[in-house]
Amino acid sequence: MEKKEYLDLYHQMVAIRRMEERAAELYQQGKIGGFLHLYIGQEAVSTGLIAPRTPDDRVITAYRDHGVAYNCGLSAREIIAELLGKATGCSKGKGGSMHMADVKKNYWGGHAIVGAHLPLAAGLALGDLYSKTPGVTICMFGDGATNIGYFHEALNLSKVWNLPVLWVCENNQYGMGTAVDRASAVSDIRKKADGYAILNDEVDGMDVLAVKEASAKMLEEIRAGGGPRFLEINTYRFRGHSMGDPERYRKADEVHRYQENDPIGMFRKYLIAAGIASEEEIVKLEDVIEEEVRDAVEFAENSPEPAPEELYTNVYFETY
Amino acid sequence: MARLTMREAISQALWEEMERDPKVFIMGEEVGVWGGTYAVTKGFYDHFGADRVRDTPISEAAIIGGGIGAALTGLRPVAELMTINFAFSAMDHIVNEAAKMHYMFGGQMVLPLVIRTVGGGGRQLGATHSQTPDAIFAHFPGLVVVAPGTPADAKGLLKAAIRSNDPVMFIEHATLYQTRGEVPEGDYIVPIGKSTIQRPGKDVTIVTYSKMLELSLKAADQLAKEGIEAEIVDLRTLRPLDMDPVIESFKKTNRAVIVEEGWKSYGVGSEITARIYEEAFDYVDAPVKRVAQKEVPLPYNRTLEQSAIPNVEDIIQAVKEVL
Repeated sequence: MEKKEYLDLYHQMVAIRRMEERAAELYQQGKIGGFLHLYIGQEAVSTGLIAPRTPDDRVITAYRDHGVAYNCGLSAREIIAELLGKATGCSKGKGGSMHMADVKKNYWGGHAIVGAHLPLAAGLALGDLYSKTPGVTICMFGDGATNIGYFHEALNLSKVWNLPVLWVCENNQYGMGTAVDRASAVSDIRKKADGYAILNDEVDGMDVLAVKEASAKMLEEIRAGGGPRFLEINTYRFRGHSMGDPERYRKADEVHRYQENDPIGMFRKYLIAAGIASEEEIVKLEDVIEEEVRDAVEFAENSPEPAPEELYTNVYFETY
Repeated sequence: MARLTMREAISQALWEEMERDPKVFIMGEEVGVWGGTYAVTKGFYDHFGADRVRDTPISEAAIIGGGIGAALTGLRPVAELMTINFAFSAMDHIVNEAAKMHYMFGGQMVLPLVIRTVGGGGRQLGATHSQTPDAIFAHFPGLVVVAPGTPADAKGLLKAAIRSNDPVMFIEHATLYQTRGEVPEGDYIVPIGKSTIQRPGKDVTIVTYSKMLELSLKAADQLAKEGIEAEIVDLRTLRPLDMDPVIESFKKTNRAVIVEEGWKSYGVGSEITARIYEEAFDYVDAPVKRVAQKEVPLPYNRTLEQSAIPNVEDIIQAVKEVL
């Protein structure tokens, strides 16, 4: 791997962290409405996962989607603008935090009903299988989604039809406030894939390089016609489920224990220790990212509201 | 023009669209090897092959969710739900995904998806297999809901639905498959979102669609023998709703009966009646009447079931009450 690639991974992870921190502030200032689910602590998951994808590969995820959007190439500007509901947002201000997408970048959202996007992912993969195009669909979901029926229908169909899809369970240990072992009969979630004869593996989601390697391997196998794969990525969210989560379900020292293994801090140390980049270079990069996010917030705040007539556009594609 | 059954007309539309456009394919339970539970896709599997006539597991959410995903990639899936009663297992995907995605992502997601399904009672299938919940689906902006009442409309509207870039619920009626009618050959398209006059008249307006069109036409024939000329407006599309022919007719007759197979409460008739009062109140000469299903789950027993579903006599009586 080239130095540039390492620094690019670091750039993405830090940018997501800074964006989310600013988003939390904007939420507290009342500038972001609705729900806001932060990705803080989980940055290495989507960054490592999406890094090896080709432009043909599709990505679809759940509602904790700002970071994934950034990893798919959406700019901090259009992400923050969407959070503020502005016309310049990636969904024109009509989707909000949970519904970000950019079809041109093969990023298919941003879906807020738990598990409902898994059948959609099967359909996206069917699209490539049917059209004999080379894409693989990467479908991310939380541990909570593995208990809903859609998960089972989608996994079953993907195996029956040998669909080019990578199922990715982002196990952050809690479905909202319910710990995995309180909600799932099988707490070793990857074993659920065995029930559908889907080859599976797990990886440490706090290690961006390990995630990237696991993802690359599985994408290769799927691309070679091997059918669906299942990857469980173990991670932890440092913040509440959403803003306003009282966090009664976990103790502060549990959170602190995980924070000691901050995926960004560990990767930073690694970059310096392995001689990939100097502390000075990294600080310089961090300043660049700081400016990128500052500019994005300024852009979003200065962007126009959607025009009133936007209320009625895009209900239908056709005119009847 | 050939006289075809509704089944043949629908089958012909599907066949021709699949021949015309390789992006069109069918997915659903028993659509392939079996040939369709209502035999609409009989012969398709052998001709088009397993890739284009895809048998699915019994997984309604995966059928509709998968259809949505495939449509997003530019394909034109016809996703079949064996009956509309099973649509409730896929309700989330119909309502929260299909109906919302074009709007919610600012217009960038395009879903050329047809959900073919069949509803209606009268076949002693009991309460879970006999429903006419069309109005529920018509409630949601973003969804197109089509329910043809003649073989010609079934062919023309299905072709229009397949070519539309919006998600379309195409609701057939189980007891109309044997109904025959003249069907234009070849590329015959009936535009979505256009109600039509199926029978001209001057004394009363009957607004209806799907199976109840057949009954309304019979009622109108009998009324004609008594010198009462009913004008019948067939809605054909429930959303987007075209009220123009209804209002135009009502302004002429000043009296209306709305006939639907579904339940009266919160139904199609409720909507049409309200719109008549909103848009043509000055033309009202008598309270608008609604003919609809009795407010019960449909029973198995034949006599009980038939007494719960509107019949020709109910329509005639309602017409006489508004005259």
